[in-house]
Amino acid sequence: MDAGSTTGRETGARVLMDEAALNRALARITHEILEANKGAEGIALIGVITRGDLLAAKLARLIEEIEGVKVPVGSLDISLYRDDVTLRTSTPPYKTNIPFSLDGKVVILVDDILFTGRTVRAALYALMDFGRPASIQLAVIVDRGHRELPVRADYVGKNIPSSSDEQIRLFLKETDARNSVELWRRRPGERIGAAPLDAVTVRVVASSVADEEDGEDSAAPACGTTDTEQGR
Amino acid sequence: MGALSCRHVLSMSDLSVDDIDLVLETATPFKEVNERAIKKTPTLRGLTVVNFFLEASTRTRTSFEIAAKRLSADAINFGGSASATAKGESLVDTAQTLDAMNCDLVVIRHRYAGSPFILTQNMRAHVINGGDGKHQHPTQALLDLYTIRERFGAVKGLRVGVVGDIAHSRVCGSLVWGLTALGAQVVLVAPPTLLPACPKLLACPATPGEPETAPVTVSSRLDDVLPELDVVYMLRIQMERIEQAPFPSLREYAQLFGINRRRLAAMKPEAIIMHPGPVNRGVELTSDAVDTARNLLLYQVNAGVAVRMALMYLLLGGEDDGFAS
Repeated sequence: MDAGSTTGRETGARVLMDEAALNRALARITHEILEANKGAEGIALIGVITRGDLLAAKLARLIEEIEGVKVPVGSLDISLYRDDVTLRTSTPPYKTNIPFSLDGKVVILVDDILFTGRTVRAALYALMDFGRPASIQLAVIVDRGHRELPVRADYVGKNIPSSSDEQIRLFLKETDARNSVELWRRRPGERIGAAPLDAVTVRVVASSVADEEDGEDSAAPACGTTDTEQGR
Repeated sequence: MGALSCRHVLSMSDLSVDDIDLVLETATPFKEVNERAIKKTPTLRGLTVVNFFLEASTRTRTSFEIAAKRLSADAINFGGSASATAKGESLVDTAQTLDAMNCDLVVIRHRYAGSPFILTQNMRAHVINGGDGKHQHPTQALLDLYTIRERFGAVKGLRVGVVGDIAHSRVCGSLVWGLTALGAQVVLVAPPTLLPACPKLLACPATPGEPETAPVTVSSRLDDVLPELDVVYMLRIQMERIEQAPFPSLREYAQLFGINRRRLAAMKPEAIIMHPGPVNRGVELTSDAVDTARNLLLYQVNAGVAVRMALMYLLLGGEDDGFAS
């Protein structure tokens, strides 16, 4: 189930969580959310585009299965709240969709990978423009460390200590034809930014030393979702 | 993906088809921002946008100002009798003055074609043309394209009639380029006295190797072409730019080239009316035609803020050029 499973061989990346592990993590997070908030009353799920919105929809389905309650789900684009808008080539923002009031709600902010914390900072600022939630809690699939801001997650699928030249990505069937969390290695000097939705010329990484000696490091790993954090 | 190919937007010819698509696509999320209770994001915090308007304007200037403010840029308006231009300051000197104040973006409206270009030669800021003489008004064309695309899904293949003062219209100069670039068929409808010498030059030339775009055609009889049109774009009769009388009377013009109740009935059921504003009620459009649901003038105004926000975001949020940061 870990390094070198089927998906890993196909992509050359190392699989850190496969589909079963991802589903178990989502199920556990759902139970933790319901336990901490004593049910689904007053909860709203807001996913950070891209990937977080898909995860929020999955969590909403799980909550409905367990509690029989439909919780409101929204998606949030944080491009307009980044702290580095003028430092990078801009990408077209996605459309934020929060068709309900956040006043008094317990908002569960859902993201895929927690890295520097800058995305979460931007998301918190953005959420405040949509109302005054009673509280905001953070759910992520992977916490990979390297925080640059005082941010922590309330619900974590898996803690994965990582090196900052590695990329950890969540792939989802809806956009990438597979469910997994994978470890990629970044080329020297390459910047990581929010990645486009469309998949994927994949290659790279760590599972095989032989690969690295092939001298094919030039293959572009610029796809899928990266750490979704802002540029480092 | 991701960045415009130009630093300034002076003319539609500065924008490639990809650029146009990028601006229109980027505008959609900004429309959502404009519908929020708190219509403001911190995106362009700390940047300075100057609206330098030397001609009368309500919607364009307000639209740019609102767009800048909703992105948290500091918007400054000046022009007309309150500016040093009234004391005889040259455009070059004004540009250098604004440059010395470290402005990041200047929107200029001026009665002479080419004024925005003079600015680009004398300052480091990005420049957007808010209308220069009879030449270009690119943001108007972009918001018109956005409105058409939102209504019909695509611009390609639509038949668009542009009616009225073709010769003096900067809106037309930008719009026809944009429409033909995106593959619409354009019919210019006007009395011969209001046509430029070579109307076909308004179109965007086909890229080498690509199939020819549909040619721009000309008609002087609105009733002949009206039943085939998907979009009826009415230009304002600009009395301030017309030097000699190109038609005997406004009343005659309105009868021959205005949309009235009878012509509304002759249009395709799904056809729309557009107008850049301000409307001369009773000339281009009778009140019936202004107040019908198929007149999208207010949708155009609404799209205008989002499109201008998108353009500012793409110009100022683009690759670091060592200045705007």
